[in-house]
Amino acid sequence: MTAAPTARRPAVSLPMWQGGGTRMGFFTDSSICIGCKACEVACKEWNGVPDIDTGFTGNSYDNTSSVGANSWRHVAFVERQRPDTGDGVQWLMNSDVCKHCTRAACLDVCPTGAIFRSEFGTVVVQDDICNGCGYCVVACPFGVLERREAPDGRAFKCTLCYDRLQVGDEPACAKACPTQSIQFGPLEELRERAEKRLEEVKQEPRYAGARLYGDSKDDGVGGFGAFFLLLDDPEVYGLPPKPVYRRTDLALLWGAASVAASVLTLGVLGSLSWRRR
Amino acid sequence: MGSNMAECHPVAFQWIVEAQRKGGKLIHVDPRFTRTSAMANLHVPIRAGSDIAFLGGLVHYILEQERYFRDYMVAYTNATTIIDERFLDTEDLDGFFSGWNEESGTYDTSSWQYEGGVIHASAGERGAPRPPADGIIIEGAPPHSDPTLEHPRCVFQLLRRHYSRYTPEMVERVCGVPQHKFLEVAETICDNSNRERTTAFVYAVGWTQHTVGVQFIRTSAIIQLLLGNMGRTGGGVMALRGHANIQGATDIATLFDVLPGYIQVPSVKDSSNLKQFCLDQGGAAGGYWGNLEAYLVSLLKAYWGDRATPDNQFGFDYLHRVTGDHSTYQSTLGMVDGWVKGFVVLGENPAVGSAHGGLHRKALRRLDWLVVRDLYEIETASFWYDSPETQSGEIRAEDVGTEVFFLPAAANAEKNGSFTNTQRLLQWHEQAVEPRGDCRSDLWFTYYLGAKIREKLAASTEARDRALLDLTWDYPLDPKSGDPSAEEVLREISGRGPDGQLLASFGALRADGSTSSGCWIYCGAFAGGQNLTNRKRPGQEQSWVAPEWGWAWPLNRRVLYNRASADPEGKPWSERKRFVYWDEAQGKWVGPDVPDFPGDRRPDYQPPPGATAENALSGDRPFIMQADGVGWLFAPSGVVDGPFPTHYEPQESPVRNLLYEQERNPARQVFRRRDNPYNPTAGEPGSERFPFVMSTYRLTEHHTAGGMTRFLSRLSQLQPEMFCEVSPELAQERGLRPGGWATISTERSVIEARVLVTARLPVLRLGDRVVHQVGLPYHWGSRGLSTGDSANDLFPLVLDHNVHIQETKAATCDIQPGRRPRVASR
Amino acid sequence: MKAERPSGGERQMVPSGKPRSYYGLPIVKRPAWTWEVPWYLFTGGTAGGLAAVSILARWTGEAKLGRRARRLALAGAVISPVLLISDLGRPERFLNMLRVFRPTSPMSLGSWTLAGFGSSLGAAEMADIVGLPNVVVGTLEGTAGILGPILANYTAVLLGDTANPIWRGGRTILPFVFSGSSMAAAGASLCVAGPTDEGVAARRMVVLGTIIEQASFLLMEQRLGPLAEPYHDGAAGRLVKLHRASSLAGATLISTLGGRSRKAAILGGALTLAGSAALRQCVYRAGFQSAADPRYLVDSQRGAATDPGDGNGSVT
Ligand SMILES: Nc1nc2c(c(=O)[nH]1)N[C@H]1C(S)=C(S)[C@@H](COP(=O)(O)OP(=O)(O)OC[C@H]3O[C@@H](n4cnc5c(=O)[nH]c(N)nc54)[C@H](O)[C@@H]3O)O[C@H]1N2
Ligand SMILES: Nc1nc2c(c(=O)[nH]1)N[C@H]1C(S)=C(S)[C@@H](COP(=O)(O)OP(=O)(O)OC[C@H]3O[C@@H](n4cnc5c(=O)[nH]c(N)nc54)[C@H](O)[C@@H]3O)O[C@H]1N2
Ligand code: SF4
Ligand code: SF4
Ligand code: SF4
Ligand code: SF4
Ligand code: SF4
Ligand SMILES: [Mo]
Repeated sequence: MTAAPTARRPAVSLPMWQGGGTRMGFFTDSSICIGCKACEVACKEWNGVPDIDTGFTGNSYDNTSSVGANSWRHVAFVERQRPDTGDGVQWLMNSDVCKHCTRAACLDVCPTGAIFRSEFGTVVVQDDICNGCGYCVVACPFGVLERREAPDGRAFKCTLCYDRLQVGDEPACAKACPTQSIQFGPLEELRERAEKRLEEVKQEPRYAGARLYGDSKDDGVGGFGAFFLLLDDPEVYGLPPKPVYRRTDLALLWGAASVAASVLTLGVLGSLSWRRR
Repeated sequence: MGSNMAECHPVAFQWIVEAQRKGGKLIHVDPRFTRTSAMANLHVPIRAGSDIAFLGGLVHYILEQERYFRDYMVAYTNATTIIDERFLDTEDLDGFFSGWNEESGTYDTSSWQYEGGVIHASAGERGAPRPPADGIIIEGAPPHSDPTLEHPRCVFQLLRRHYSRYTPEMVERVCGVPQHKFLEVAETICDNSNRERTTAFVYAVGWTQHTVGVQFIRTSAIIQLLLGNMGRTGGGVMALRGHANIQGATDIATLFDVLPGYIQVPSVKDSSNLKQFCLDQGGAAGGYWGNLEAYLVSLLKAYWGDRATPDNQFGFDYLHRVTGDHSTYQSTLGMVDGWVKGFVVLGENPAVGSAHGGLHRKALRRLDWLVVRDLYEIETASFWYDSPETQSGEIRAEDVGTEVFFLPAAANAEKNGSFTNTQRLLQWHEQAVEPRGDCRSDLWFTYYLGAKIREKLAASTEARDRALLDLTWDYPLDPKSGDPSAEEVLREISGRGPDGQLLASFGALRADGSTSSGCWIYCGAFAGGQNLTNRKRPGQEQSWVAPEWGWAWPLNRRVLYNRASADPEGKPWSERKRFVYWDEAQGKWVGPDVPDFPGDRRPDYQPPPGATAENALSGDRPFIMQADGVGWLFAPSGVVDGPFPTHYEPQESPVRNLLYEQERNPARQVFRRRDNPYNPTAGEPGSERFPFVMSTYRLTEHHTAGGMTRFLSRLSQLQPEMFCEVSPELAQERGLRPGGWATISTERSVIEARVLVTARLPVLRLGDRVVHQVGLPYHWGSRGLSTGDSANDLFPLVLDHNVHIQETKAATCDIQPGRRPRVASR
Repeated sequence: MKAERPSGGERQMVPSGKPRSYYGLPIVKRPAWTWEVPWYLFTGGTAGGLAAVSILARWTGEAKLGRRARRLALAGAVISPVLLISDLGRPERFLNMLRVFRPTSPMSLGSWTLAGFGSSLGAAEMADIVGLPNVVVGTLEGTAGILGPILANYTAVLLGDTANPIWRGGRTILPFVFSGSSMAAAGASLCVAGPTDEGVAARRMVVLGTIIEQASFLLMEQRLGPLAEPYHDGAAGRLVKLHRASSLAGATLISTLGGRSRKAAILGGALTLAGSAALRQCVYRAGFQSAADPRYLVDSQRGAATDPGDGNGSVT
């Protein structure tokens, strides 16, 4: 019932979610994330994600480094100076995940149709159809999708626990989160809740920088299905500050390409016909 | 304080988060900035081991600024009590209390007594060191007291004097906590502690693992009593217990000197007369321990059933007798010294988890035999072929004579049973999967081990074997797995009356042998034949106290000493804080919780002459386990190292004790032997070799000695290697590269770790001294998927004498860049 | 499976200044493609240019040149899918591309284009060999001739329609770079393959193509501003230098001596081809470098507000 696609609808409209059922999503409230990584582990267990070992990074308590094919949730640990007093440290944590974008680049660019929009408004990869072309990997503005090199280079990401949603269960990560930093529910409801929560959080001087990230339908990707409350700039959490993906850009691109193709054709033609003269 | 709750108790921490959302404030006093600090409204970095100075500073502030809750304090604590005139304070003796015996290294506590008599503690070393038995205080108020608080020897005045030098300036110099921060804490706590509001202290092993650990906790208890925060909702001193069922393990007694329900094991010095023992231990009257005989006889009946009769004192002499300190570290030294020959390890990994790992492994190598029951082949089982000593070539597997039996254990999801959590809440869990292969539950193991031994002894006529042969050892067995019924065990613990019916309350226990209960405080867990620990009614469907979720001991009471939530007349201290109070019309105590008081005892009740146990306490005495019914600011007994907590430096410290000439807790337990060397401490020659404070702790990603996490890939990948945490300043000073290697050394050993440079590890400024800290998670060993050196190899054996806990939170070390030498020098 | 250790570990822990980042770790993923892809950009691009030559030459009456161009294009059309299949790992995976037609996916369109291009060229060749009427051959050739220029620069759309800062930033100009380069490469391959006297048109294509390619590349760099840094640094930077040197040298050689000396024509052609291949390589590599350093992405999205040096800030 949410996220009406923005005014300028691209000419070609493919599996872009346009409502239907209730759109479900996540509100990840980083102000109450305690960095326990239960979400990361629960997701890996439930989804049978292969083991990875990135070794010791020395980057705070983060040894998995980013969301990827083998970490569908990833908890970031940001150590910084306390902004209000300037004295002492602040340690921000946030559990990152696929944003289930309203305008999902991955879904649009996938040449095989492996990625689809589910009845819950989520973006899901069907791993039996994916051919590992890797296009979604470079297309995702958040660096979420990744190929799993072994055994055959197909791409994987959070399914928003499609299998669990289908049987009316909540996602594994949300279920495991002890502080309800990960809240799952109808997106519209979550957005309201998030607004209220933001007001609460902002009362605290040390959290003056709090903001919602990806809650707005007007942002670069038409709003996230999984949005966040962050306490600092997105980039310090490893998130793009102003992600964009507009399918309308594509028309511009094809326009440029057509002109360039004509230039090529005319150039060839010119080269050939000069000779005649 | 002394707890990293968000990391170590993440599930419980959700309630803190919820409280914060309702406006609650969280203050975290910790040497490091942890995930708990990240959530806290205020983080106060403190030098490890200096908490008594900090808390003593709070006591000083509360007393000098008169912020105490006077009505509560006068009525419910021993502030007014007058102490023996022979008592001398550490202020008089520069770090010692009266009664110190240099030779034995212990205190004679007789001069610490109340004027007018001797009193027993409700917990701790109740009997020993034993005061001369010149009478026991019982009746009502202690004979000598001064409600005006002016008597120079009343506890209140002694307390003031004791902490008179614990000023904010002193706190800054000892703890490295800036005065303004300290004062912010003090004001916040005091503003939040009164009739309308309460403050809770939460601690865990950041407080216990010190040579003064018990006294850390005592200091917070003093603060809470002064501020009126005990027995009230939102107050208290909350110990966050460790392993999922460590509370249960303590209740049912895993220690050498306690029986289930915190009944002392008789010592060889004790009378072998049951009645006399109970009199000595429980006191003739005053508080619930006055019923000790009923509890103990019921326990003996649970053990020996029909074989426990009045004629054999219900089997009292079947009980073993304690001959001395048989705590874990003593046993280890016993192995090293050859008088302990065999060792059974169930659910523990001392080769990694216990201080001085090298000494532990040496102990294991000297054994004749060793049994390890665990989920994995942990370091304690593999020490003979895979350990730092075998890796360095110091030890060859062929030369180790210990015969090791490794028995695979079933894990919690593979068996039924209950966990008792940190709030004394018993929660039942059902088996989810069958154990694999030869894995069996500990209940299975214990039962069949007992059965086997009894079978072998069946023909014995030796008196010493009677204890075993007379045991009730009959539990229904699961026809498929052969597992004894865990529910039946709980029924036995909960207890039965004369006709075999399941009892509802320990109040029903009798000393005449007509009742039985395996643990008196658990009595009623199976009341009415229903497994109350298995109740799972959602919180929304019941009162906010949620009495129908699980079952809390004793008697499903959720807040202990909740009589203190009402004033002496039985009225709530405030409407806002109304909890348990006296309802004159009904003539009983009412409220959402089970009253922790005789239910119909009027607030104005005065004990008749000759009354005993709880009946000897007047109706305005909420602390019903105490012989005098009040909270102890001054502890005349029960603690071996002083009636008031006093700041002492750790065994190994980079600084001297600024408060007293006596540097360290004189009553700490030290082991001066060649294989347990201590680093020279401040003021001793050579101390500059170990200039840094080191402390050990946990990470959310791993569990204790690692047996439950280092073998699991999901968790191992989150923290794949042993590391140390250092400040950018220390990294700079010692040339430690982020992500590189560091070598940490003490007199005991040398270990290596990857370097995590982080501003979360503050540099502490004590006056003009700068103290650097080295932080070490202690989870690692050589086995499993995530490996690394064990921090415990660095630590010596030095213990808190009250509870025999090792000092692993504060010691000294050196740190250098690079990896440790590959071959250990002998 | 041991993944690569992020380099963040060796960084000083609390770098200050802006733009800020998460331990310097990438925000968008680097491309997951392998070495075949830039070669495909080259072979596909060149074949595309050649296909245009083949049909246009038919019209302008240079049948011989046209046929040669067609055969060369056909070679490119055969190699290209081989490269793609090698990148994908299994042949049926390429077929999977044709499972759906996805207008929103440049890769889908590109796959259909490549398939159509290859089959029409192949068919044209067959028709020619079998001797089918000219209309048939011409129609097929014409189809390939229309698809060819698309094939030559749809890859620029493909790269531009990603989140990669340097590709995305240059997205409207890159098609021209690719078109120019394809033209030059098409001309160059004809210079190499055919007799000098026939190569006037080919030489002109080289020169014209090189001019378009070089000019639009410069324009793109200028538009990218600081985002263009990868084109000057590291492997991509070296490839840019190689590309410029070979392309310019090739074009110069061809325009000066190419009409007189066969050797010069071959050498000049080879240099131009190398330059064109290096162009694809440098664009491809720059994408990796651009993704690896979050600075580019943050800068591109934040604009000037977060220029380095601004603020005392902090800290990850
Ligand atoms: N994830 C996880 N959870 C656990 C465990 C685990 O291993 N992993 N272990 C369980 C067990 S067995 C236990 S006992 C509990 C322990 O729970 P905690 O006691 O919370 O655990 P620790 O990390 O050992 O120490 C707590 C904190 O004390 C601080 N500290 C050290 N010295 C001092 C001091 O002198 N004063 C003060 N104020 N603070 C000090 C340390 O910096 C540390 O942050 O956790 C239980 N929960
Ligand atoms: N330096 C330093 N040392 C410390 C501490 C510290 O903070 N610093 N903390 C101390 C504290 S509080 C504690 S509690 C200890 C913990 O130290 P240990 O108790 O020695 O360590 P654990 O790893 O908890 O050992 C428990 C073992 O039980 C096994 N296990 C799990 N379930 C079962 C079961 O059902 N049956 C059986 N038979 N085995 C099972 C696990 O696999 C594991 O190997 O460490 C202490 N040591
Ligand atoms: S975050 Fe990336 S992977 Fe997730 S839906 Fe958006 S574009 Fe797709
Ligand atoms: S890698 Fe798989 S999911 Fe991603 S775009 Fe290609 S086919 Fe689609
Ligand atoms: S929703 Fe499911 S798949 Fe997605 S991160 Fe959470 S647990 Fe993993
Ligand atoms: S489970 Fe919740 S609290 Fe824990 S890391 Fe994930 S989001 Fe944070
Ligand atoms: S591991 Fe178990 S006991 Fe510890 S916090 Fe998690 S749920 Fe609670
Ligand atoms: Mo523990």
